Amino acid sequence: MAEPLLRVEKLVRRFGGITATDNVSLDVASGELHAIIGPNGAGKTTLISQLTGHLEPHSGSVSLGGRDITYLPAYRRCALGLARSFQITSLLLDFTAADNVALAAQAHAGTSFRFFANARKEKGLRDAAHAALDRVGLLHRADVVVSRLSHGERRQIELAVALASKPKLLLLDEPMAGLGVTESQGMVKLLQELRKEVSIVLVEHDMPAVFALADRISVLVYGRVIASGDPAEIRANEDVKRAYLGDQHVVTHHG
Amino acid sequence: MKAFTVSKAVTALMLAGLVLLPLYSQASGNIFILTLFTRIVILALAAASLNLIMGFGGMMSFGHAAYLGIGGYAVGMLAQEGVGSGFIQFPVALAASAIYGLVIGALSLRTRGVYFIMITLAFAQMAYYVASGLARYGGDDGLTVYKRSDFSGLINLSNRTQFYYLCLACLFAVIFLIWRIVNSRFGLVVQGLRSNEQRMQAIGFPAKRYQLVCFVISGMMCGLAGALLANNTDFISPAVMYWTRSGDLMVMVILGGMGTLFGPVMGAVVYLLLEEFLSQLTEYWALIMGPLLLLIVLFGRGGIMGLLGRLNRG
Repeated sequence: MAEPLLRVEKLVRRFGGITATDNVSLDVASGELHAIIGPNGAGKTTLISQLTGHLEPHSGSVSLGGRDITYLPAYRRCALGLARSFQITSLLLDFTAADNVALAAQAHAGTSFRFFANARKEKGLRDAAHAALDRVGLLHRADVVVSRLSHGERRQIELAVALASKPKLLLLDEPMAGLGVTESQGMVKLLQELRKEVSIVLVEHDMPAVFALADRISVLVYGRVIASGDPAEIRANEDVKRAYLGDQHVVTHHG
Repeated sequence: MKAFTVSKAVTALMLAGLVLLPLYSQASGNIFILTLFTRIVILALAAASLNLIMGFGGMMSFGHAAYLGIGGYAVGMLAQEGVGSGFIQFPVALAASAIYGLVIGALSLRTRGVYFIMITLAFAQMAYYVASGLARYGGDDGLTVYKRSDFSGLINLSNRTQFYYLCLACLFAVIFLIWRIVNSRFGLVVQGLRSNEQRMQAIGFPAKRYQLVCFVISGMMCGLAGALLANNTDFISPAVMYWTRSGDLMVMVILGGMGTLFGPVMGAVVYLLLEEFLSQLTEYWALIMGPLLLLIVLFGRGGIMGLLGRLNRG
C-alpha cells in the first residue's frame, strides 16, 4: 500500500491528570474523506489542534506525505498543504469576504514583504479569492465585510479560506456547527463536491452528514480510537453503539 | 470619483491650512504661530508613526517617545562631537532608531496585550535613565544643539520658513508611505494580525516577523521626528523620552482616530492647540483638558475622524 497522506502514530496529549489524546493512531489515504466522530469531550478538537500545530503532543508523531511535522509551527504546516477550518468561526471580521480569502491565497503566492504595491489590485490574488468564493457559492457577497454576514455564510467563507491555500489535506472542525437544516444540506452537498479534489479530515457531530460523506470513520471516546472502518462497519460495531448510548465505562475497558 | 464627505473636507482644509501657514505668519508678522506649528507638525509626524503600529498593527506601544529621544540625541551628540552635517546626522538617527526598534521589538513582541504595553513602557523608561546618565552630553540637564543640521546649502534649517516646510514635507512623505504600506501585501498581513492572529497563523503567516518589521518601520519614522525636534528646539534632554510624552502621543492618535491616515495629524493639531490655548487661560489647564479628552473618547468612538464620519451620515 502506498504511503498514506496523513499518518498519526501513538499520539498522546495530557491536560493535568486527563489524557485528552490517548495513543491515537490513524491513517488518512490520499483522496479519502476520513471522519472523526465521538461524544462531547472525546478529545476531537484536541486531536485536530495537534494536527494543525496549535497544540504540541507529549509523545507520538504526525507525518504529512511522509514528512514528520509533529513539531512544526502552524504556518509551516500550512505551506506544506494542510489547511483547516475552525469549529468556532475564526475570520478577520473587519475585512471583506474577498480580503479574507485573498490573504489565504497571498500566503501561498510569494513573499508578503512587499510594501508599496496595492495588494487589492493584484489580479492573481483577487481571481483566486473570487474562484474560491464562487466554489462555496458566495461570490455575490465578495465585497461585504465579514461582520455583516450571517453565521451560515461565515461557515462557507471558512471553507473558501481553506480552499484558497490549495491544500492537499483539509481539516474541517465541525463545519456544520450551528447551521440550520437547509444550510447543513447545502454544506453536505458542497463537501461532496470538494472531496473529489482534496483529501479531507472531517470532525463532525451531525451523524447523517458523516455517514453520507465518509469513506472511513474513526470513533474517538475518552481520547482513544475505539473503532475505525467504513460506515457500514461502524454502524454495526457494538462498542460504538454502547458509546453513543452513554455506557462509556464498558468502552474504556477496551484498548 | 468618491463622494464628498465631511471628514474629507475637514482634512483637506486642515492640510491646506498647514501648507499656507507660513504665508499668514509672514503677512501678519506673527512669528510665534510658525514656531508653534513647526512643533505641531513634528509631533504629528511622531503620532502618525505610532498610529502605524497602534492603529493599523494593533500593537499598543507605550514607549514611542523613546525614538524622539534617540533621533534627537543622534543629532545632538554628533553636533557636540563636531559632526554637523545633516547628511550624516539624519541617517544615524534613523539607523539608531531601527536598531533600538529591532531589539526592543524582538523582546516585546513575545508578549501580548497589557504585557506588551508594560514592556514597551519599561524599555522606554530605561532609555530615559540611560540618557539621564550621559554626563558627557548633559545628563539630566540635557544638551544644547548650538548649530542646526547642515545640509550644505540645499536647505537652511535656521530659516524658520524653510525648516517648517522641511518638517511638513517629511510629514507628508511619511503619510504617503503609510498609505502605501497599509494597502500593500505587507500592510494587509499586519492588519490581519491585528484582527485575528490565530487565523493568520493558520493560513500560513508567521506573525512575529511581520509585526517586528512594522515595529521597526514605525520606530524609524518617529526617529526622524526626533531629529527634527532637536533642530526645532536647539536642545535635547531626557525629558522628551519620559513616559508622559509617550502618553501624549497615544492621546493624539486616539483623539484623532486610530487606524485612519490623517487622524493622528488632526489629533496632534487639536491636542497641542488646546494645550496652548488652555494653558494661557489658566495654570490648571489640565483640569479642563482631562475631562474634554474623556468626553471625546467616551462619545466619539473613532476619535475626531469617527465623529466627522458620523456627521456625514447623520
